[in-house]
Order: sequence, then structure tokens, then C-alpha cells
Amino acid sequence: MQKHTISVLVNDQPGVLARVANLFGRRGFNIDSISVGNSEEKGLSRMIIVTEGDEKTLEQVTKQLHKLIDVIKVHQLSDAPMVSREIVLMKVDAAPAVRSEITGVIEPFRATIVDVGPSSVIVQSTGDSEKIEALIELLRPYGIRELSRTGVTAMSRGMVPALKLQA
Amino acid sequence: MSRDSALVAGKPEVPPIVQGEVISGADALLRCLLLEEVEFIFGYPGGAVLPIYDSIYGSHLQHVLTRHEQGAIHAADGYARATGKPGVVIATSGPGATNLVTGIATAQMDSIPMVVITGNVSQDMIGTDAFQEADITGITLPITKHNFFVRSAEELPRVMKEAFYIATTGRPGPVLVDIPKDVNIALSPFYYPETVSLRGYNPTVRPNKMQVERLIKAISEAEKPVIIAGGGVIASGAEKELLEFAEKTQIPVVCTFMGLGGFPGTHPLAVGWPGMHGNYASNQALMQCDLLIGIGNRFDDRITMGRTKEFAPNAKIVHIDIDPAEIGKNVDTFIPIVGDVKLSLEAALPKAQPAKSKEWIEQIDAWQEEYPFAYQQNGKLKPQAVIEMFYETTNGDAIVTTDVGQHQMWVTQYYKFNQPRSLISSGGLGTMGFGLPAAMGAQLAFPDRTVISVNGDGGFQMNSQELAILSGMNIPVKVVIINNKSLGMVRQWQELFYENRLSEIDLTHSPDFVKLAEAYGVKGLRAETDEEAQQVWAEALAHDGPVVVEFVIDKNENVYPMVASGSTLDEMVMGDEK
Ligand SMILES: Cc1ncc(C[n+]2csc(CCOP(=O)(O)OP(=O)(O)O)c2C)c(N)n1
Repeated sequence: MQKHTISVLVNDQPGVLARVANLFGRRGFNIDSISVGNSEEKGLSRMIIVTEGDEKTLEQVTKQLHKLIDVIKVHQLSDAPMVSREIVLMKVDAAPAVRSEITGVIEPFRATIVDVGPSSVIVQSTGDSEKIEALIELLRPYGIRELSRTGVTAMSRGMVPALKLQA
Repeated sequence: MSRDSALVAGKPEVPPIVQGEVISGADALLRCLLLEEVEFIFGYPGGAVLPIYDSIYGSHLQHVLTRHEQGAIHAADGYARATGKPGVVIATSGPGATNLVTGIATAQMDSIPMVVITGNVSQDMIGTDAFQEADITGITLPITKHNFFVRSAEELPRVMKEAFYIATTGRPGPVLVDIPKDVNIALSPFYYPETVSLRGYNPTVRPNKMQVERLIKAISEAEKPVIIAGGGVIASGAEKELLEFAEKTQIPVVCTFMGLGGFPGTHPLAVGWPGMHGNYASNQALMQCDLLIGIGNRFDDRITMGRTKEFAPNAKIVHIDIDPAEIGKNVDTFIPIVGDVKLSLEAALPKAQPAKSKEWIEQIDAWQEEYPFAYQQNGKLKPQAVIEMFYETTNGDAIVTTDVGQHQMWVTQYYKFNQPRSLISSGGLGTMGFGLPAAMGAQLAFPDRTVISVNGDGGFQMNSQELAILSGMNIPVKVVIINNKSLGMVRQWQELFYENRLSEIDLTHSPDFVKLAEAYGVKGLRAETDEEAQQVWAEALAHDGPVVVEFVIDKNENVYPMVASGSTLDEMVMGDEK
């Protein structure tokens, strides 16, 4: 199964997230991650949805999203070169003896320690999902007590006209 | 106090808009309905909509007080299917609103335009589990084309304008508007917008020229072309264009259940209707064609039998539909044409040429000859004969509504639908209890036409309380009950697929339907033989008012032919008719 990243521009109104989530649930489409926030235009939000499925499923997802009255635009980002990022926070077991080892492990990932407790540290990392997964795997042996990921936000690169900005 | 009377001054059709007049939300709502030229609202009052009902009091709008909210919404649906205009329903919050759910889903599945107005508790109570609170916008999210929660009296007119626009344009469907009580009471200047602008909603109505060209070319290459015409033909009012297109190209037409009447059933190019209980020729035509032109249909699993890969295996599939999401949803499409059906056919007509279909048409005619819908007389009253009698005695001019079950299939097998909007039946959802209230709505729209409502003894009892409305308003529906003293269609499946273990289908203990009718002040008649059937039916047709006619049939009667689920269309069980 292929992963697809879709950017959906929607009216910033109560209930819109529920409409989108409902559509995925009802039609049996899987959501890997969904992130929502403001867009470049007031009154509109942008959702970045990562979903899994073959080309046919993706086509249906796109068409069904278009049918929602509150959806302004749907754009498949993973069609073209894109930048995609998510943030992860991990609370890792870290007795003083292993702290410097952990620092060494996370350094190549340009992750940072953003909090230090008596027996644990919080590691923060930003990057595409693969990088984050790799980091998680490396830290797992130390003991991850808590983990929280934001889900993906993404944008197409350079001049690819993602969405024409409307005044 | 209602203010629409002040506005309309004896001209209910065109009330002048007094822009900026300060009125209550409830008055504004009624004014919107008048401006949308609503004739009837079907509804049921309650606490949350008391301000609306106060405005209705003395208003020009005709309100029909059904005996159940489900009756109201199916009646509005029947009105919409018969006229093509949106049906309008009002219900109160909580239980009133939830009683609409089945009717909303019914309309959504069959793409019926409808504006559903529900009351809700005041906004300061929303979310507190207040008395009679239900999150009806949440509940109806998956079964409406769109829904609104109105936050202020000020925005109410705009929301209503948008609701009617969304319900009736593109692929039609039900739109729900939930109005909390405080909004109905609040005062606000009334402005009714003239236009609607919704950035996220721009249905494509004009077809792509290149794709239409490809269709024309495909027709010129085809030897076994078939059109499958769905409900979209009727929704877009394209029956004339379809007739002209079929005649010009000499392509036989299969109508889906929802498409019946979209192409005249007695036309030489009419093949019939396909699917589980459709006719042999239609199913063979779909399986053997080399070009399949889908027009306003959706390749439902009652036709593809869910085996989409084996469906029409040799055909190039062309699909014309206003809803792009339908194209490629169930079957792979060779030529997709997104657009209004009528405009698409208009675009294709000037270039359309006859296909090389002579031998193919002869083949289809031969199938028709060899395997028509047929049944055996066995001395008992046959439901098929009863339906044929309806057709003959009305010259096929009646509006026929059905409920759901075996009788529904017999109606569509033995009544020939020649005009659009003359069959009113719950196709997609298959909603029992639909037939009687839907007939009521249709007859209110067309008081002078014969409206026959055909029901099973099961489904009739799901909304029989609406006989009170037929009686009270003297709505002259001919209500037919095909009584097999059981849930016939379920019995048929248990007989065929569950080793005749007849579980919970016995309806012998039902009321005396003739007496029940009479209790409501409706004429009641019963027939148990052919002779009686002829006699009571003549009496029913001659009766100037509502009438219930019960036809008692053999409880073991089955619907044939049949394609069992899991089979393909060319594996038909022909049953006992030969
Ligand atoms: C609301 C609802 N409940 C259950 C069903 C399942 N169902 C389909 S046909 C049928 C039997 C209908 O019996 P009846 O109304 O007597 O009609 P008949 O098949 O005998 O003509 C049932 C229960 C349904 N379609 N709708």
C-alpha cells in the first residue's frame, strides 16, 4: 500500500474536521495522520492528511473530499516533490550515566533535549516521518516512557503551483 | 404573529422582499420558504419549534400535520419525487429530529432534493444534554448532502438560500438546517440574498467536448451497444433528450430501477430493467454488450451483484454523471463524462450517428420473446395479475408508489412506466414504510392524477397512521395492500437460502385492514379472487376519495426471475413461470 499526502483547504468553521474525519471513516479510508491549522488566508484552514491506499482509493478520497461543501481545494502533494515534516517529543529513560550516550545518538538527527528530569529526558525532533521513525528505533532500547507525534504537515516544493492564492 | 401575510397581500406566489425589516427568526424562516415558492411543508410541532409554529399560524403556507415525523419526511420526499421540486419538512428537536433520520437517509441514497428544518434547544443549553437535545447535525452528517447549524437570526436567510441551492443543484440531495430556539425568537433585519456564492461548491454541468467526441466515436465502432439509464435522467429532466439520442443512435435502453420512466417502457428500444429481479434480456444485454453507456446511474451492487470485475466483461464503459465521485467508483470507466445528463446528451445529439446495432437489437428482441416476465395461473389471486390490472385500468397514466418487498418488484415487473416521475419507490435504501406517506405527498402535488400506493402487509403497518391525513384532507390515494400474511421478501430468502427455516416472518396476526381503514374514515375493500379483484378495483377507481384495497394472495408466492447474491447477471434463476 502506498502512502499519500493530501492537502485540503477548508472553511474554518465548527464541525469541518468532523465532516472530513467522518467521510474517511464512513467510506473505509484509512487516516495515518491528520493535522489542521490556519492557512495563508483568513477564514480558511489547511488540513494535511496522510492516507494509505492504491491509486483507485486515492482518486475516490479526492473526489469524495471535493463533494464536501466546506472543502475549497484538494491537492495531492505526494505527486510532486514536497517538503513534509512532523515533530516528535519523546520522554526517554536516562539515568545520568547514559545521558551523554543519548546525546550522541540524537546528534546526527539534529534532535535536541528540551527537558531534563532526574531519570529521564525529553527529546524533540523535527523531520520527515522516516527520519523520525529511525530516531524512535534508536532510542527504543533506552526505554521510551511517553511519545507524542504531531502528524505530518507538508508543502510542495518551489514553483509547483500547489494552490493558487486567491485575494 | 406571522408577518408573511402582511408581505404577500393576496399574492402568495410573489411576496415583495421588504429588505431590512426587523422580524423574528421564525418569521424570517417562513418568509424564506415563501420566497422559495414552497407549496407544502410537512411537519410536527414541539417545544423547540414553537416559535416557528406560531409563525405558521395564519400564514399562507400550507402545513400538513402528519401523525409521525417519518410520515412527514416520506411525504415531503414523495412530493419531491413527483414534482422535481424540493420537499420541505419541519420537526422539533431531539426525538422529532431523530424520527427523521430514516427519511433523510432514504432521500440521500436516491438523490432527492429536500430541505429539512429541525429545531434545537437554545444555544446556551447546547451541549448540556438538555431536555430533548440531540446533536442532529452530527447524527445526519453521513446522510445529508450538507447540513447547517444556524447561529444567529441574522444569518438564517442566507443559510436558507444556500440550503435550497445546495439541495436542488448538482446532484440533488437532502440538506438539513438545525435552528436553535433562541435564533427563532431573536429579532433581526431581514435580507434575502439574490445569489449564492459558495467557494467550495461549483458542480460541473457542462460536459467536456473531447470526451463527448470520444463517445461519438465509440458508438460508431460498436456492434452491441447498450444504454443504462439511471435516476439522473429523471433528476435532470433529460427524458426527451434520451429518447432522441436512443432513436438516433439505435441503441437499446436498459433502465435501472431508479431510471424507470426515464425512457418509455413500451418503446421498441426499451429492454427492461436489470439486476437481481430484472428481466433476462436486460441482464444478458449488460453482460454481452461491447459498449455500455451509463447515463445518470451509479452501477449499484443490485446490478453489478458486487462482482464488478465480471460485470459487462467485454464492454467499453462510458459513464455520464454530474457527480464526478460516481465515475470509476464501482466500475472502471473507459470514457468519463462529468456533467448534467441533459446538457451532456444535448452536446452529443448533433453528432450522434446510428450504430451498427441491427443484429444486436434482433438478438435482444429474441431474448425478450423467449424470456418475458411471466407467471403461472394456479386458480389463486396472483399479485402479478393485480399489477397488470392496475396498468390496464389506468393506461399507465397513474403515479405509482411502492413500499419495499416482493410487491415492489412485481410493480416494476408488470407495470410499464412510460413517463418520468410516475414510479416513486425507495430504491437505494429500500425503506419499508415509505410507500403510503410518499403517495400522500405525490397526490397533494397532483390532486387530479390517479395515485396508487402499493404496499405489503408488513410495510403498510409501519406508517399506516397516515391514513388519518388521507381521510382528514380527503387525499384520494388508492392504497393497495398486497397481503401475503408475511414478510414476503424475507420469507423468499429464507426459503431459498436458509433451508426454508422461516424465522420471524409471520404476519397472520395483523389488524383487519378493511376495518382499520374504516376506523380512520377511509373506504376499505377486500378481494380474494380474480373476480373480486376486478370488481373492487373498479369500485376503488370510481371512488372519489381515499380508499384502502386489500388483495389477499397466496403466501408462498415468490418473485422470479432472480439472480442470487454472489452470482453474476447471466446466472439467473428463472423460477416457475415457464
Ligand atoms: C425499515 C425496514 N426494515 C426491514 C427491512 C427488511 N425487509 C425488506 S423486504 C421485507 C419484507 C417486506 O414485507 P411486506 O411489507 O409484507 O412486503 P412483501 O415482501 O410481502 O411484498 C423486509 C422486512 C426493510 N427493507 N426496511
